Amino acid sequence: MSKRTIIPFGPQHPVLPEPIHLDLVLEDEKVVEAIPSIGFIHRGLEKLVEKKDFQEYTYVAERICGICSFIHGLTYCMAVEELMKIEVPERAQYLRTIWSELSRIHSHLLWLGLTADGFGFESLFMESWKIREYILDIIEETTGGRVIFGSAKVGGVRRDITPAKLDEIVKKLRVYQNKINDLGMVFLDDTTVKHRTQGVGILTTENAKALGAVGPMLRASGVSMDIRMMGYAAYGKIGFTPIVETDGDCYARCKVRIRELAQSIDIIEKCVQQMKEGVIEAKVTGFPTGEFFARSEQPRGEVIYYAKANGTKFLQRLRVRTPTFANITPLLEILKGCQLADVPILVLTIDPCISCAER
Amino acid sequence: MTQQTIVEITLDSLLAKVREVKYEGWRLVQICCTKLPECLELQYSFDKDYVYQSFKIVLKDTVTPVPSISGVYLSAFLYENEIHDLFGVKVENIAVDYKGDFYRTGIKHAFNQEEKPKETSHE
Repeated sequence: MSKRTIIPFGPQHPVLPEPIHLDLVLEDEKVVEAIPSIGFIHRGLEKLVEKKDFQEYTYVAERICGICSFIHGLTYCMAVEELMKIEVPERAQYLRTIWSELSRIHSHLLWLGLTADGFGFESLFMESWKIREYILDIIEETTGGRVIFGSAKVGGVRRDITPAKLDEIVKKLRVYQNKINDLGMVFLDDTTVKHRTQGVGILTTENAKALGAVGPMLRASGVSMDIRMMGYAAYGKIGFTPIVETDGDCYARCKVRIRELAQSIDIIEKCVQQMKEGVIEAKVTGFPTGEFFARSEQPRGEVIYYAKANGTKFLQRLRVRTPTFANITPLLEILKGCQLADVPILVLTIDPCISCAER
Repeated sequence: MTQQTIVEITLDSLLAKVREVKYEGWRLVQICCTKLPECLELQYSFDKDYVYQSFKIVLKDTVTPVPSISGVYLSAFLYENEIHDLFGVKVENIAVDYKGDFYRTGIKHAFNQEEKPKETSHE
């Protein structure tokens, strides 16, 4: 057996925009074990629910993450709406779906850019983020914000989108679809990219299930599991099939996300075709009571909002289980046996969002 | 929207129940702790084909040891360290035990504390 060395990876590292630390146990250049360490920026936002009333907390929930902010707010609202037995109007459900998918597109483009940057393909990084800017422009035009949408509210949504604007969005997305296709071809066909991603960091189907992987990490390992299949918001009316790859390596995870970009554009188009005029919010009276686990599919995977209330304006407990938290254990598994030089790509491959994990 | 059940079980039956659901192919989704005025509640949640079930355990105090389920579901070690660090729940035999250093919170067991007025400095 070679001599073992422990190398710290993070919390500050060029590929990490946020702090996570790994103690990498190496034999020569091979990783034999990785021990994670998080908690550098734990904010205790769950505890804040005891001080903010259940309506105000929507703003806090949106600020848990700067990438999937809307879906955090949405899932929180879903939990409270279930406790209060509020039926959300159909148009609001479609608008929620549209903004969720715009979030997914910009998040996946952000990830593609960061990954390209991770293996030193700077022009690809720039191109990914250039397209992401177009998506952020659409988000800004429809919500007023680029990062924090402020559109979700208990009982519906705060803003409507005019039919003319919706048609304009669809036209724009069709143009961006071509750009995304070109981008996808580089990620999936370029020899240098394939060299860094194919056969690297394989997560088997059995391990993906046993270790609790979620999102593209799970679907790239051959498991057809996507919370959108449960039909929340307007997904039940749209018709939806999860995108699944079977190789379980970095390339498969990349492929799932690229294919999901096209799927998200399709979902938005279907929403625009199907949605009818109508009210966008239901009246909210009384206070929540009971307990409920709301689930939705963020770009990184399943997010859980557990809410418990006793009929006052403050919730007793709010617990948020984010996809990054669930994907840490699978990450440790794929790091075993990899080369030290592949660690940055493998860490990026779970699309880590530490502000989510450190809610 | 969803099929979900919450079943209250005893602490003694936890490991047997968890082994049973593991054998049946359920996925561990999360473990969470809730502080109530008179007790703490632990919830172990599992999913199978979008069906969601939780086992709830009521703890009278934080001294009573709770057996770790990380021997059955490895990913439980993160949740168990979390409930230890935030609520002070004593979890025994965690696969990777951070012994209170998982979260670097300024206040120990921050989620199991009553709010105290913040001390201000006038330097």
